[in-house]
Amino acid sequence: MERIPILKMGDYLLVSIQVDMHDRLALSLQDDLTDRIVKSQAKGVLIDISSLEVVDSFIGRMLGNIAAMSRILDANTIVVGMRPAVAITLVELGLSLKGVSTALNVEKGMSLLEQQTAKRKVIGNGRNGL
Amino acid sequence: MASVAPITHRFSTVLAANEQNLLAEWMKVQPPAKTFRSDRIKESELREQSREFLRALIDALRSGRALDLSSPEWAGVRDILTELSRNRAIQGFSPGETAIFVLSLKQPVFEILRQEFGSDPAALMDDVWSATALLDELALFTVEVHRKGRDEVILRQQQELLELSTPVVKLWDGVLALPLIGTLDSARTQVVMENLLEQIVNTGAALAIIDITGVPTVDTLVAQHLLKTVAAARLMGADCIISGIRPQIAQTIVHLGVELGSVITKASLADAFALALQRTGMSVSKAPAHG
Amino acid sequence: MVATGCETVPLRSGEDVVIARQVVRRWALETGFSLVDQTKVVTAASELARNTVTHGAGGKLTIEGLQNGHRKGLRLIFEDQGPGIPDVNRALQDGYTTGTGLGLGLGGSKRLASEFEVRTQVGQGTQVIFTRWKG
Repeated sequence: MERIPILKMGDYLLVSIQVDMHDRLALSLQDDLTDRIVKSQAKGVLIDISSLEVVDSFIGRMLGNIAAMSRILDANTIVVGMRPAVAITLVELGLSLKGVSTALNVEKGMSLLEQQTAKRKVIGNGRNGL
Repeated sequence: MASVAPITHRFSTVLAANEQNLLAEWMKVQPPAKTFRSDRIKESELREQSREFLRALIDALRSGRALDLSSPEWAGVRDILTELSRNRAIQGFSPGETAIFVLSLKQPVFEILRQEFGSDPAALMDDVWSATALLDELALFTVEVHRKGRDEVILRQQQELLELSTPVVKLWDGVLALPLIGTLDSARTQVVMENLLEQIVNTGAALAIIDITGVPTVDTLVAQHLLKTVAAARLMGADCIISGIRPQIAQTIVHLGVELGSVITKASLADAFALALQRTGMSVSKAPAHG
Repeated sequence: MVATGCETVPLRSGEDVVIARQVVRRWALETGFSLVDQTKVVTAASELARNTVTHGAGGKLTIEGLQNGHRKGLRLIFEDQGPGIPDVNRALQDGYTTGTGLGLGLGGSKRLASEFEVRTQVGQGTQVIFTRWKG
């Protein structure tokens, strides 16, 4: 079965969803990502959904799950590139994507990830933190 | 659809046999027709359209099938008339001018029929009746298509007008402003908001100020659209500030029970802009005076 | 009101849900829906098709193009012979704000529709009729 490729960029993992996924593919992406986060000790995950014309409750839940699981594994998740029509539909559907951080594009998403990672370093480091 | 007189075999045979002649006579009749505008259509183009239509008409008649524009036998005629009417509508011809194209074919057809059946009044009557009913029906079809074509033009013009009257302005790097002016209705608000979200993506601006200083009243639907837009912007990774809420509108919002929730509002566009700059990590400072 | 054509899509697997999305998008485009409305219709179709496969044990989708005077629309009929829905009202309210619900996707899809009807009988099956008018 085909799998969605996961790229490693420094401390981060980058996923670009370019196909209309069937549910099984979405679930295997969830599994693959969790696996890779652990294996690579990634500090963040960037999911690019700019090619998705439709985000329904299943995909919404998938994104929420990925965000929650990565948080447990001490990584941040940012979803980027949501199309206006998709955003409007999600609002109408009533799907809030709680727990999922978003940014307009890959550039802003990476910058946000780096900010968040830097913040964590400060907090984590007893001498500079509280 | 009005019932059409049956088309006799002799009628379609006569037309087929006289195709070239018909075309020639038809071309003579078309240009001097009272409302025809020769400035907008070339003679050669018109001749080609006429030739195509006549050919398709004769083919359809030959099939023996009574006039039914939804049938495959008449598809050729339907497609040619549809394209022609659409184009004429876009070029600015009136529905009448477009219908004249079909109706002007009557004279040459009657002439041919008279030549062939002048000595048989009954046959002549039948076929003249068939011809006129047929061409009337086709002319009406062109008017209908023309109307639809015009509606599309009007719709597109309305859209363009809408976009012109509510421009999204780039105030600063990463900050857009949408000054809304005039009464908002549900449809207009939706279009305008969708446009704003598109601009957010296109310019990569993470902050949009929606200024409603110029909006006299806001009803529940419009308020909900505004809130939905803010929610959508946030889902995308941007945010909105609503500015210019006048006391009356503030009262209406409270009265309607609309929950602004975590939406940030500012009294003036200037305040909103200052906040936007702050959030993007900028500040405005005075330049040192020059002596 | 007139039906201006129809198409049937079997819904037996996850892949069929993807196909259903694509077919519905094609119909939405032909009906002349705006991009946002297309997205709404296809998203609702995705939810409801998934329900049919997952909760209805498989069934089919029938798409109908509608014309009411000058108004064009699209009707999506999802049918299955599955277990049926015991409490439709509850299902319509379920779980979107929490994001966890039973995931029936009914309530959300209803919000995306112009007209929405659920016919169901426990032990016999379910029919969901989703209609969206243009403009």
